[in-house]
Amino acid sequence: MEEEIIISGRMNYKVDPGLHIWGWEIAFYLFVGGLAAGLLFFASYYYLQGKEKEFPAAIKWAPMLAPVMLALGLGALFLDLHHKLYFWRLYTNIRLTSPMSWGAWTLMVVTPLSILWSASWVREVFPNWDWKFKFLYDLEAFFIKYRKVMAWIMVFYSVILGIYTGILLSAFNARPLWNTSILGPLFLASGLSAGAAVIISFTKNELERKLFSKIDLVIIGIELFLVIHLFMGLMASTAVQIEAAELFLGGKYTLPFWIFVVFLGMIVPAILEFLELRGQKIPVIIPVALILMGNIMLRFIIVYAGQASRYLY
Amino acid sequence: MRYAMAIDTKKCVGCSDCVVACQLENNVPIGYCRDWIVETTSGTYPNLELENRSERCHHCANAPCVRCCPTGASHIAEGGVVLVTPDECIGCGACIASCPYDARYPHPDGYVDKCTFCIHKVRKGEDPACVQVCPTNCLYFGDLDDPNSEVSRKIKERKYKRLKTEAGTDPQLYFLI
Ligand code: SF4
Ligand code: SF4
Repeated sequence: MEEEIIISGRMNYKVDPGLHIWGWEIAFYLFVGGLAAGLLFFASYYYLQGKEKEFPAAIKWAPMLAPVMLALGLGALFLDLHHKLYFWRLYTNIRLTSPMSWGAWTLMVVTPLSILWSASWVREVFPNWDWKFKFLYDLEAFFIKYRKVMAWIMVFYSVILGIYTGILLSAFNARPLWNTSILGPLFLASGLSAGAAVIISFTKNELERKLFSKIDLVIIGIELFLVIHLFMGLMASTAVQIEAAELFLGGKYTLPFWIFVVFLGMIVPAILEFLELRGQKIPVIIPVALILMGNIMLRFIIVYAGQASRYLY
Repeated sequence: MRYAMAIDTKKCVGCSDCVVACQLENNVPIGYCRDWIVETTSGTYPNLELENRSERCHHCANAPCVRCCPTGASHIAEGGVVLVTPDECIGCGACIASCPYDARYPHPDGYVDKCTFCIHKVRKGEDPACVQVCPTNCLYFGDLDDPNSEVSRKIKERKYKRLKTEAGTDPQLYFLI
């Protein structure tokens, strides 16, 4: 049998024998980024549709989580940096070819926006809230007046943020598993489904819950389609891509991926939501928790498995 | 100007002198390396073929590590040499993930480090440390735009291969075979 044995004298920390330069920090960052994108997208989209009364959870309550999520995400990203004191360099450069740079700048727009959005609703959500100073009331009035403008910017940037969480990885042609343009839409869809799930858990209103359950069902359908597409694409590609796909089709990541991400994270919650819509009594927290779990697992598995996929010598 | 290196796999004995010379010249922290030896055995027993390669950053003409760097710390210097400016690097690791050859590593001081083709020596008209020290004289460094440079002549005279060209990096290490 034709064989090749490769012996390398290199043993660099975090690079050999297998790359593991990115750990939980990046996976977590991608998860919260996607979730925040989902929350902000629904908030601004339905606000622009004029559904403020019908969907209070989506427009007013749930987006209050977004600034928290984004802050946690930025914190995780910061932890991941090895040269932390130079963090500010991200913001003295705009590099169009670098997804990392795009992401840093997108967050720079989205994070303050999400804070202002939440602040503009805070007195409606917490009626006892007191801004203490008059100028804060003036500011609030100003942002309430310009909510529509904020919503337009947010609708646009939340989609960029959601897609970016996937593009960050797919831009690396060195890692065949990541190097597929499906990852952007897949992560966007999964972030939207997480956002919808959180809204479902917040709402007390039947109409809103039903709508977001339906939205979730559609998005999960899209996600399943993208997952199948991902593997079809990889399997129909070159040797390195086929090898990357095999990590999930018999390889080390097979069970975690198909059980936790696809079965428990997509199929089971979809069935539960479907039954719930048909009138069965199912506590919403179960599908919501499963969707969020599947979301986290998807990020972790793709971040880790991608680093295990490589070009052969 | 286009700096490049040719490595004669037929002459390399895998002694690792280039590795040690680099570590000394460039103060590479203990346990790390900017260049390394790869030994491959291939074929069907008993017809086996052995190949030794001294490898390092390929100073790719289409460098993904430079493309994905968010700060511009990874950049292309004279002669196409790919360098990292430590004071601009935030240590995000994007470039490490983007290199198909895994030629970079996170320096314990936080920034990312890799082979520089010993540009500090080249600027003074010297050869890189690995080239200077190789006991079998199997490494050739020089300018590909100069048809009379040693490296240009070697790759004209000999058959060569480049590694993982399918990754689209246009690597500038030429392995003479
Ligand atoms: S070998 Fe790697 S580090 Fe060197 S230029 Fe190419 S991609 Fe960049
Ligand atoms: S680790 Fe440094 S050199 Fe590498 S991409 Fe990040 S900032 Fe650029």
